[in-house]
Amino acid sequence: MTFNGYRRADGSAGSRNLVGVIPTVVCANDVARAIVGQVQGCVGFFHHQGCCQLPPDLERVTDTLLNLGKSPNLGAVLLVSLGCEGTDTDRLYRELQAFGKPVEIVRIQESGGTSKAIAAGTDAAQKLLLEISGRQRVPCDLSDVILAIKCGGSDATSGMASNCVIGYVADKMVDLGATVVFGETTEFIGAEHILAKRAIDENVAEDIFRIVREMEHRAESLGCDMRKGQPTPGNIAGGLSTIEEKSLGAIMKSGTRPIRGVLVYPESATGRKGLWIKDSPGREPEILTGMAATGAQCMLFSTGRGAPQGFPSMPVIKICGNLHTYERMANDMDINAGTVILGQKSVRDVGEEVFALMLEVLNGRQTKNEALGYFGSIDIHTLGPVI
Amino acid sequence: MEEFFALQVHLKDNVATVFASPEKGSCVRVDDSNGASRKIEIKDDIPYGHKIALTEIAEREKIFKYGEVIGRALRNIEPGEHVHVHNVASLRGRGDLAAEIAGEDRHDI
Repeated sequence: MTFNGYRRADGSAGSRNLVGVIPTVVCANDVARAIVGQVQGCVGFFHHQGCCQLPPDLERVTDTLLNLGKSPNLGAVLLVSLGCEGTDTDRLYRELQAFGKPVEIVRIQESGGTSKAIAAGTDAAQKLLLEISGRQRVPCDLSDVILAIKCGGSDATSGMASNCVIGYVADKMVDLGATVVFGETTEFIGAEHILAKRAIDENVAEDIFRIVREMEHRAESLGCDMRKGQPTPGNIAGGLSTIEEKSLGAIMKSGTRPIRGVLVYPESATGRKGLWIKDSPGREPEILTGMAATGAQCMLFSTGRGAPQGFPSMPVIKICGNLHTYERMANDMDINAGTVILGQKSVRDVGEEVFALMLEVLNGRQTKNEALGYFGSIDIHTLGPVI
Repeated sequence: MEEFFALQVHLKDNVATVFASPEKGSCVRVDDSNGASRKIEIKDDIPYGHKIALTEIAEREKIFKYGEVIGRALRNIEPGEHVHVHNVASLRGRGDLAAEIAGEDRHDI
């Protein structure tokens, strides 16, 4: 089974052909934003990291930005550097170039300040856009797809409808030879024993227990009950009483296939097949970024309360399990899975609707949040303090 | 009379999720995973998507949904009562208790 995608130098296949404007540090966001506002076909990644962090976090930021830049949905990359950041900007540029990605860099301090950097960056982005804008879509196999899956703004319908629908599609994609990645380690707490049983071997099972232990330890380190942080006030208003209940519903979206391994947060899933876990928190800015860095061309996102956001370089399909939310927020929600709760449609029926829409989106159809440009929820998950 | 309905996901569960917003005193039809139904009179107003108790649940007894433990009762709960954060505690991510029970089995909280 095929979709029409953009074949990249490394053999990957993109569902979009964008110029990614990547600030290498939070302090470069304003210049990057001006460039994105001027040049068509550009998307910006306005994160808040890259300076005054400990070396392991700076490396994590560099690696995440690198894998974001390598995403098959980006035809070219413009790096916007301030000049004194902790991110390894030179490595970023060098490795993107070696990867075969058309890449340019503008340095704000070296350019002579804001207005000069905006001018230089605008010229560079325009050149990159002209270079890639004539690329044609070609038939690519569905096994080239890395599908990210997530739930956000969950309520009681998520674990009984929309996540089950995503689970159906996840299984189908794994069977078609694709890569499927899910994360939200916080939302394994209380359900990790079920996931561990699906691990391909003891090492992977131990990895699953370990990442949950580490995440739970971080949550407990402030000496309070994590409720309100997780589950969130919205989850609680939607009927979810404990993190265990939220987790047991959340893991439904991973389907039933064996779990092949755990990826660290910045890691790409390129070259891997089957079902994988990305170790990440559940909060949207961090996991959306982490999933795009995975190399995912598309994300299926389940919600009950109504989480509207997408991601600049990765189309995000919203599947809503709550009929009332779907009716209230129809311009944000792509698929209505509330019919599953009412018994009007089966998980399989709605799963096939999602699969059909996903194929269209891979072919270029825009998702609702993409059409609205609702994709500013971006950040990189770091572990240590800001110092 | 309007019929309200609830789902019991697993036969082991002692709670069901109500997909309606019935008022106290209403009768709710609970469908279980085998397709069987029973009726329960509810003892509180229930918001959409919230849970009711299917059986008597004693204080400290485990709450089951999806056939798995989702927490522990903070007090005795009657069938038809609203089951939520006011009468259920999580057993996980409890930094408040971790200090007190360091080294003990968390499930004995």
